[in-house]
Amino acid sequence: MRRRGSPWTGLWTVVSKEAADHITSARMLMLQLLILFTAVGAVYAAIGVMKTVATQDQFLFLRLFTIAREPFPSFVNFLGFVVPIVGIALGFDAVNSEYQRRTMSRLLAQPIYRDALVFGKFLAALLTLGLTFFALWLLVTGMGLLILGVPPSGEEVGRGLSFLVVTIAYAGVWLAVAMMFSTVFRNSATSALASLATWLLFSVFWNIVAGIVAQMAAPSHPLFGPPPEQADLAQWVTRLSPNTLWTEATIGLLSPETRALGRVFFEQLQGMAMGSPLPFGQSLLLVWPQISGLIAAMIVLFTILYLVFQRQEVRA
Amino acid sequence: MSGAIIETRALCKSYGSFQAVKDLSLTVSRGEVFGMLGPNGAGKTTTILMLLGLTEVTSGIVRIVGCDPTQDPLEVKRRVAYMPDSVGFYDQLSARTNLRYTARLAGIPRAEIDERIDAALSRISLLGVADKAVGTYSRGMRQRLGLAEVLMKKPDVAILDEPTSGLDPEVTIHLLDIIRDLKRDGMTILLSSHLLQQVQDTCDRVGLFYRGQLALEGRVEDLAQTVLGSVYRVSVEAEGGDVEPALRRLPGVSEVTRVTATAFALKSATDIRSMIADTVAGSGGRLLGFSLIQPSLDEVYTTYFRETANAA
Repeated sequence: MRRRGSPWTGLWTVVSKEAADHITSARMLMLQLLILFTAVGAVYAAIGVMKTVATQDQFLFLRLFTIAREPFPSFVNFLGFVVPIVGIALGFDAVNSEYQRRTMSRLLAQPIYRDALVFGKFLAALLTLGLTFFALWLLVTGMGLLILGVPPSGEEVGRGLSFLVVTIAYAGVWLAVAMMFSTVFRNSATSALASLATWLLFSVFWNIVAGIVAQMAAPSHPLFGPPPEQADLAQWVTRLSPNTLWTEATIGLLSPETRALGRVFFEQLQGMAMGSPLPFGQSLLLVWPQISGLIAAMIVLFTILYLVFQRQEVRA
Repeated sequence: MSGAIIETRALCKSYGSFQAVKDLSLTVSRGEVFGMLGPNGAGKTTTILMLLGLTEVTSGIVRIVGCDPTQDPLEVKRRVAYMPDSVGFYDQLSARTNLRYTARLAGIPRAEIDERIDAALSRISLLGVADKAVGTYSRGMRQRLGLAEVLMKKPDVAILDEPTSGLDPEVTIHLLDIIRDLKRDGMTILLSSHLLQQVQDTCDRVGLFYRGQLALEGRVEDLAQTVLGSVYRVSVEAEGGDVEPALRRLPGVSEVTRVTATAFALKSATDIRSMIADTVAGSGGRLLGFSLIQPSLDEVYTTYFRETANAA
């Protein structure tokens, strides 16, 4: 049966209302402060390290993101930890809070389709995430500019911006996870816990899980040790985690020397100019599967939550 | 303009094996106030949601404002306003901001939004607190704000689900006054309630819902006739003399009950009011007053459901 009227009716109204809610909320303010302080700390530490080892580095600006001074994590490591939390914080009560506040039936009684509501909420949260990380990126670049006193090259800006896009996609995956749980569970405490549990699984336990799965599927030989397939399989399993995809993409983009992600045979190294950086295009090509993987995961999760939401009864 | 503005034919809705609405055929004319009555779980809200296209119809036909809500939900929702049972708002936002959001979703032209919001809020006397966060509102204020949203939309049909439940009498009267105003403006109103007394005074016609079916439908007086039979009930106040047996001897009187020392309740098949004064005087008593009791919907309701339960 065909329905009349555009599914996008009211989309921008929802987006602007939800984005305004996010930006003015105490929740977001707290997260932004947390990000700000730790990011400034991490970058400041990195600059300290860079000043002590004055070398001729072609990619001084990118080191800003990746260099760590123990015991502090580098800016990138820190982001890998915080980005999922921000994504979850913006999404875990997106849908079920409307039921809890009893605003859902009132909203859906307006001339809009459900599509506009759920897509608008997703877009608004993604927009907020984008805005936050873009501001953060500008801040870090600005700090580097002021303290290092060297302008970033065009390639560094390009790599930095692609890193930003990958990070937003990564946040989008966690946003979609949280929103999916907020559609499935009617209680926002339950959906928050489910989202955090998923995050914990992927950020802490996933490598262990991958090792066990690989060990079971391709057991080690008593004499020759683990077969090469075991490492391949372990890597394949870890790549199911958005965290792994994001980390690999980040390494490829921010460390231009990276030539391969994963296992390389000795023969493949022959004729390779070790340590020299890849051109930007080649680095992008290297991490393209990871980037598409993240975006695909986001779309699949959004589709699931969309389907669940479409079938839900309006009455709580 | 007259004619049916809401029409359903053989409408059914089932959740799994549970039939929430069974074979419902309902017609509401333009400009009418129709009361949907029935205990909780009788299928009133489910029917409303199907009228708005907010839940799928299992089988049957729905027509509202000339559209099919399953095919053309946006047009239906543009012309029909709905105030849900225990309506909710965004607590951290002001009443005005809440209404502005729905106004924009409803597609009200930007230039008109503020003017319409002010008009609606002043009509329900909330203009003074319009810029306060809704979180500080009482339940009655929220219900009124829900009605303001309906007013703002200027719909052809307003569907109000339990608008007065849980409110104190004063707010209830205020709310019902506004509803009667809306009727005078020519709006068609569908009102669902389990509070019969209120509905009785406000509705042109009522439908009794029972286990997903429209058990009875018609004007309140006609329903009383159908369910209670044609019985005149008269209350008589008289003192002294031998009033009770005298009243009992009146033609057509089937029952006389002594309520207090001086008050009697009579049931009769004919209108006996003209004879009461003479009868009381004839028996040596003094008549203090008498009046005809209008059958209340409550009575219709309880009698009907008692009979249905007994028959089952």
